[in-house]
Amino acid sequence: MSENTKHIIEVKGLDISFRLPTGNVHAIRGLDFSLDENEVLALVGESGSGKSVGVKAVMGILPENAVIESGEILFNDGEETIDLLKMKEAARRKTINGTKIAMVFQDPMTSLNPTMSIGAQLITALRSHSDIHKKGAYARGVELLREVGITDPERTMDQYPHQLSGGMRQRVVIAIALSQSPKLLICDEPTTALDVTIQERILELLQSIQRSRGLSMIFITHNLGVVSKIADKVAVMYAGKIIEKGTVFDIFYDPRHPYTWGLLSAVPELSDKKGELYSIPGTPPDLSKEIVGDAFAPRNPYALAVDFKAEPPLFKLSKTHYAATWLADPRAPKTEMPKELADKIQRMKQEAKDYAES
Amino acid sequence: MMGKYLRKRILISVAILFLILLILFLLLQFMPGSPFNDAKLTPEQSEALKKSYGLDKPVIIQFFRYVGNMLRGDLGVSYSISPNTPITTLLANRFPVTIRIGFMSLILGTVIGVILGLVTAFFKSRILKGIYSVLTLLGIAVPSYLFAVFLSWTLGYKAKLFPLLYDFRSPLYSSVMPVMALSFIVMAVIARFTKSEAEDVLRSDYVMLARCTGMSSRTIIVKYILRNSLIPVITVMAGLLVGLLTGSLVIEKMYAVPGIGELLTNAISSNDYNVVIALSFVYSALYIVVMLILDIIYCIVDPRVRLGGKAE
Ligand SMILES: Nc1ncnc2c1ncn2[C@@H]1O[C@H](COP(=O)(O)OP(=O)(O)O)[C@@H](O)[C@H]1O
Ligand SMILES: [Mg+2]
Repeated sequence: MSENTKHIIEVKGLDISFRLPTGNVHAIRGLDFSLDENEVLALVGESGSGKSVGVKAVMGILPENAVIESGEILFNDGEETIDLLKMKEAARRKTINGTKIAMVFQDPMTSLNPTMSIGAQLITALRSHSDIHKKGAYARGVELLREVGITDPERTMDQYPHQLSGGMRQRVVIAIALSQSPKLLICDEPTTALDVTIQERILELLQSIQRSRGLSMIFITHNLGVVSKIADKVAVMYAGKIIEKGTVFDIFYDPRHPYTWGLLSAVPELSDKKGELYSIPGTPPDLSKEIVGDAFAPRNPYALAVDFKAEPPLFKLSKTHYAATWLADPRAPKTEMPKELADKIQRMKQEAKDYAES
Repeated sequence: MMGKYLRKRILISVAILFLILLILFLLLQFMPGSPFNDAKLTPEQSEALKKSYGLDKPVIIQFFRYVGNMLRGDLGVSYSISPNTPITTLLANRFPVTIRIGFMSLILGTVIGVILGLVTAFFKSRILKGIYSVLTLLGIAVPSYLFAVFLSWTLGYKAKLFPLLYDFRSPLYSSVMPVMALSFIVMAVIARFTKSEAEDVLRSDYVMLARCTGMSSRTIIVKYILRNSLIPVITVMAGLLVGLLTGSLVIEKMYAVPGIGELLTNAISSNDYNVVIALSFVYSALYIVVMLILDIIYCIVDPRVRLGGKAE
């Protein structure tokens, strides 16, 4: 069955709620995406759209009060397809976590154990699945630190997290995540908490590691500017589901969902000196209430009457491009993206062309 | 680096103690009455007594004489509650009991509190949560003398398990009830603190990262959770210890424990300056020493304190 589809990970109809004393929060409302080997998927969307919860489900580290109502998370690294949600926690830990899937978090300041040396943390991670000797683990740890661009790894092995800068810590976190050669690396906004100058370098590091190791990667960001650099595919999330997905080209040059239009309009341009940044008006819906129709409709200037009544399905626009908006329905009135955005995309295309020619 | 830091800390501590002593001296000048306001003494006799103890000299001279004697290990003699007994003797008789009972309560309360806090944080069981809530609420809301009354009534009077009063012939056996009464609050405070610390650590990003790498629960508990949630508990323990050593007055009275609490009340009510000064001073010194030891422990167990916080 999974012969023709070589997805390393495939999330199907994932539905997650949080149980709170005040009621349920329906954080993930039918999440579908897939990722092939050696591919980078960018997951974008405003804060609170469910990006972190979605990947925590893949990693198996959801908080206690999260309940998976339905769905499948199929993992296949060339042998057999396993539904991760059907696995017992202990089995997951033994066979998946670290060795198949690993994760890098947003804040390197809180991602490392403050009372353990970097070396001890790396060695503990390295020895969690294999009975590699301490000496061997130490050597491997030094190697890993070198791979993530730390120039004096022996020294860093003896240091504690508080002695390192944010950028260095994030490199260590990446080394720990890579320590057992996972196939899939999940990065949840790995540069958001860093200095702007360091962001670029960590991004380049992740990109080069992804290439050299042939990793599959889910890269979460709310910064669309980053996406075009690192990703092959993009999935745009809104209120707990994916509302548009496609290749980087599909999303950047031919966006169809008004929410994606909004996100793209909000990306600052290099040439834009006026600095008057667009932001999508309104706020995301309250997920503790039932959502009728398209969750984005109240903020959508292009909303049709049907948007307030029925939820749009994910329309297939091309082999790679999907969008969940009634505007994609053949019966819908023809609607173009805003003129400013069309111009902006034109400029981006020109820049890319100039860049390629230079 | 640590040695330099400690030297500085010790110097500061000594300076603070000196200052405390001076303030105590000045304050006592304003206390009404004198150690010799016995109705049977004539003013002349009283003056003569003062003179014989050097209390007629200016305060500042008294102060430096006192400091000089203290450095030689002489805290003076009691004026009124046990005339002419050296205060060092009074302290030597009384302090060990208070310290022993204080430490025993601290250890008992801490062990139970830490276990209760950790277990409640780890296992999401309703029964455990219930036990935890009841015990911590009682421990914090109910004053220790009520526990003492309760223990005396049940274990002492009804069950006749333990003696109702302290008995120096069986110091351990007769300390059981005072220790239990005092340790209840310790248990409650430590349990609450441990639980909230452990819950924070359990939710922390670094524990999540550890789970992502597939470490066993045992490794995570030992290397990640225990150390990080128990380090802050040390601070609370130090505060509680000082409280136990200074504030067990009522319990000492109820069980007739011949400790420091009783001595202090007597000394204050009978204007026995020397005893009051010595006790207050010893308490301050104790507090400062406990805090110093706390700092040293921190240096040993917490790399953030040991190595200082300089990121490059
Ligand atoms: N532990 C939790 N308890 C309750 N609600 C939560 C919890 N974690 C996340 N949520 C909710 O789930 C939604 C998605 O959160 P998240 O995935 O963190 O968003 P983001 O896209 O910014 O990563 C938010 O509405 C958030 O309030
Ligand atoms: Mg997030």
